Amino acid sequence: MRRFLRASLRSHGFQVFEADTGSRGVIEAGLRKPEVVILDLGLPDMDGVDVVTALREWTRVPIIVLSARSTEEHKIEALDAGADDYLTKPFGIGELIARIRVALRRSAAGAESQSGEVLSGGGLKVDLLRRTVFVGGREVRLTPTEYRLLAVLARHAGRVLTHRQLLVEVWGPSHVGDSHYLRIYMSQLRQKLETDPAKPEYLITESGVGYRLRV
Amino acid sequence: MSAERPDPDALLARVERDEAKARRGRLKVFFGAAAGVGKTYSMLQAARERRADGVDVVVGLVETHGRKETQALLEGLEVLPVRTVEYRGTVVGEFDLDGALKRRPSVILVDELAHTNAAGSRHPKRWQDVEELLRAGIDVYTTLNVQHLESLNDDVGQISGIRVWETVPDTVFEAADEVELIDLPPDELLVRLKEGKVYIPQQAELAAENFFRKGNLIALRELALRQTADRVDAQMRDYREDHTIREVWQVGERILVCIGPNRMAERLIRAGKRLATSLRAEWLVAYVETPPLQRLPAERRDAVLRMLRLAEQLGAETVTLSAPDMSEAVIDLAKERNVTKIVMGKPQRRGWRRWLLGSVVDTIIAEAHNINVYLLGSPQGEDRGRGAVPAPLPGLSVKPDRSTRAAYRGYLGAAATTFLCTLMAKAMFGRFELTNLVMVYLLGVIFVATRYGRGPSILASVLGVLAFDFFFVLPYQSFSVADTQYFFTFAVMLSVALVIANLMANVRSQAKVASHRERRATVLYAMSKELAASRSEAEIVQIAVHQIGIEFGGRSVLLFPDENGRIGYPISPLAEEPFPGADLSVAQWVFDHNDMAGQGTNTLPGANGVYIPLTGAEKTIGVLVMAPANLRRVFLPEQQKLLQTFVNLIVQAIERVRLAEQARVNQVQMESERLRNSLLSSISHDLRTPLATIVGSASTLVEGDYALEPEDRRELSRAIYDEARRMASLVNNILDMAWFDAGVVKLHLQWHVLEEIVGTVLTRLQKQLEQRAVTVRLPPGTPFVYVDSVMLEQVLANLLENAIRYTPENSPIEIAAEATPFTMTITVADRGPGIPKGQEELIFEKFYRLRHEGPQSGVGLGLAICRAIVEAHGGYIRARNRAGGGAVFTIVLPLRESPPRIEPEEGPAD
Repeated sequence: MRRFLRASLRSHGFQVFEADTGSRGVIEAGLRKPEVVILDLGLPDMDGVDVVTALREWTRVPIIVLSARSTEEHKIEALDAGADDYLTKPFGIGELIARIRVALRRSAAGAESQSGEVLSGGGLKVDLLRRTVFVGGREVRLTPTEYRLLAVLARHAGRVLTHRQLLVEVWGPSHVGDSHYLRIYMSQLRQKLETDPAKPEYLITESGVGYRLRV
Repeated sequence: MSAERPDPDALLARVERDEAKARRGRLKVFFGAAAGVGKTYSMLQAARERRADGVDVVVGLVETHGRKETQALLEGLEVLPVRTVEYRGTVVGEFDLDGALKRRPSVILVDELAHTNAAGSRHPKRWQDVEELLRAGIDVYTTLNVQHLESLNDDVGQISGIRVWETVPDTVFEAADEVELIDLPPDELLVRLKEGKVYIPQQAELAAENFFRKGNLIALRELALRQTADRVDAQMRDYREDHTIREVWQVGERILVCIGPNRMAERLIRAGKRLATSLRAEWLVAYVETPPLQRLPAERRDAVLRMLRLAEQLGAETVTLSAPDMSEAVIDLAKERNVTKIVMGKPQRRGWRRWLLGSVVDTIIAEAHNINVYLLGSPQGEDRGRGAVPAPLPGLSVKPDRSTRAAYRGYLGAAATTFLCTLMAKAMFGRFELTNLVMVYLLGVIFVATRYGRGPSILASVLGVLAFDFFFVLPYQSFSVADTQYFFTFAVMLSVALVIANLMANVRSQAKVASHRERRATVLYAMSKELAASRSEAEIVQIAVHQIGIEFGGRSVLLFPDENGRIGYPISPLAEEPFPGADLSVAQWVFDHNDMAGQGTNTLPGANGVYIPLTGAEKTIGVLVMAPANLRRVFLPEQQKLLQTFVNLIVQAIERVRLAEQARVNQVQMESERLRNSLLSSISHDLRTPLATIVGSASTLVEGDYALEPEDRRELSRAIYDEARRMASLVNNILDMAWFDAGVVKLHLQWHVLEEIVGTVLTRLQKQLEQRAVTVRLPPGTPFVYVDSVMLEQVLANLLENAIRYTPENSPIEIAAEATPFTMTITVADRGPGIPKGQEELIFEKFYRLRHEGPQSGVGLGLAICRAIVEAHGGYIRARNRAGGGAVFTIVLPLRESPPRIEPEEGPAD
């Protein structure tokens, strides 16, 4: 896996540092100060989720986790712990490069800005300062909860937010179990924002994981 | 040449006989004319010789009667301890059968074959113990006196004037492998008796006076010698037959012995036995039960039963016929079974009665052409008809259940009827002729006969005549008669009344018999119908117990063996009340020996029920234990037959169910075998093909790096990528299925918005769906489904991928959903070629593919996974063809709870 990543990423102009264990990885990340961390959850020495936690203690560097089908649960844990994105093996190199680009762009833009405008796809514009939402130049009126949900997604645009993260941010920690709230409001948001709610352009479902606002 | 060729059937019979003998132990009988001839002595000598040869010889039981020489011979031989049984206050030593079976010597000595075991032993008779030893493969040495042989029993009784009750069936003696005659001239025996070598002196004197008279001894010696000679003769014939020395003797002799309910029966049976033995013929014993005989008291019918048992013991086949005409039934049976000789008693009617009423014997003689009829006279002085009733069967001493009160009531009814007739006649008297008054009484007799039967109607006849005389014939109020011509009236009146009574009673009893038979047929029919409809063993057992309860009374239980052949109680008894305390060891014995035991039988008659083996086509499959309320209901011949039919029906039903089950298991095994094969062939094909491409392309890239045009390189890389992706999806499918099969998949059920699930799938398959017009029709609002979203997405993705794969490009695909209060139906429809007829179900099978080996096809797991997922959700998936072409896949998911509701928010953000 590393062989393939090293060759592919180098050919795309990235500088690649490798670590073969989780503990080495944490040290390497501290030494090399990478712009993006790619973490395989199947580590020989420790739980990949712990690596995410360890990194998040001191850095906001984007983390993309790689999971196999047998580590589905870990993937969500890793995202909850602060990983930015995930890819399920097997995947194409094109997909990985795309994710890396999104992550880099986001961290370059000064990361999760609390203010300013967020644009998604072609037509969706969320103004976080004025709390207004436009689709194709036309303002859309949202309920407070709908707006809160959209704002959380917009603040982390491009990043995968898990059900848990969204529920905590929008409804508070006591509503972690009420994932249907999330689904209903997501559905309402789509009705208002998407041209065809069955084929969403902006609000993307990450099956079994959460949602992402496409950028 | 053909004349010399032995009959294959005979050869086969010989082989079977030899085989059976090889498995069984060998029986050697030391046979003598009387006690004291030295049988035990010779047996012990033989045993010592065998022991000297190094054979494992054990003395099971030897009675030395205090004889010193015999006692001396016992020394140095291993003697098994006797089993002490307390019997009527005294302790008796009995042969320990179980000990012997456990010890398993090569040869065992068991003295006095005719001994009767103390009550409570496994078998009533010692010869049955011996039989079991032989069956266990142990050789047995035993002793026997001629007077104990069943068929000679009454001869000896006549000679010696002493009847012995301890007898051994001839079959046992005949089946013995060796018989050694121990002979001693009577004079020498008497000398030995006087010397006190036979009995202890005080007994000896008594014995010499009674049994040991010289005349007796000579006769007994002759009998013993003759018996042995007969045996040698039979052996000689066996030998000749075995060595194809053919000679002319009548083949297929078959003897029919007809018995009645009288003392003659036993003599007839013994005579038949002797005739059959000397002719080496098969023999039947028949009892024809005519309507009058059915009215016999129960004890006498039991006696007949005992006679039939005796005949069976002597090796006969027994037949009980129920027919109105005895001679006709006998002749029919004789013709049907190719009987060559009939043995029966001399006609009982003599003189004018025989001439007038005819006799069964005469009719048979007249009708039976080509059949020799042997008539047996009864010995002088013996009461022909109602002789002493033989002892009833063990355990059969239950009193008849017909209460005498019913009979009493009949006679009262007869008296009352006559009284009423008299009242009526009194009213008519004076206005009607006297002859018409007679008619009134006759009417009364008819009424009594139809209502109460023979006895009361005879009483009514007599009372009628008396009343008529007393009240209506001059002088009145007196039995004396003025006009003598009235005597004629009385006589005719009485005889007419009696004839009517008799006829009516016959009609009545025949009707009763007919209704009995009909009821039996109905019961059998009902049972066979129920059994035929039964699908499980438990059901059969229930039906069986129920029907047996109805027909035979009492409770019953069916016991079956476990895998180790140990009989045990059913773990979950279906009968409301299981048979309490069925003796499992008795049941085990019955199961192992395939023989009846328990009450009313010869084995363990002290047990608490009747134990009947369920004999199947190949082996015994179980044991029926019955605790009949009345043993007679089980052991009367016709009931026995009925019971046997019951058992056969039950066994057949059980075997049928078991075979079906076996077939089903085989089917499943075959199915899984087929599956495994198709899995292997699928996997090997589907994984190897892309692998071959990948390995080939990659090796070209690795080795021929510089010689390749950039275009070729791209082409090769593309091939590797495509094939690898294909393989990845195959492996995913196989793993998914394996997880499902292993049952490790856990569903994360949550409320999901259907729209979102559909949307996710469409996004996932965006690339493949580019060329397709996909229409989605969902119910208005937010249709909720309670599912594992990842799983349901997988289902929809598989269905869509199939649609993409198997339908022409650019053909449309439709996804629709419809909600009812309890279900959510999702359909995926296409306009492709549809599903071949009859394969709508098959396509959901694992590794099933409509077109094998196609370039596009998968492993044939996609739909199987769909079904597994949908069924795990408690729903179902179906496929059918659409009107207008194409296929529709319908998923129906249950909505177990009502979907959650959320209060709509008012007002816009700020």
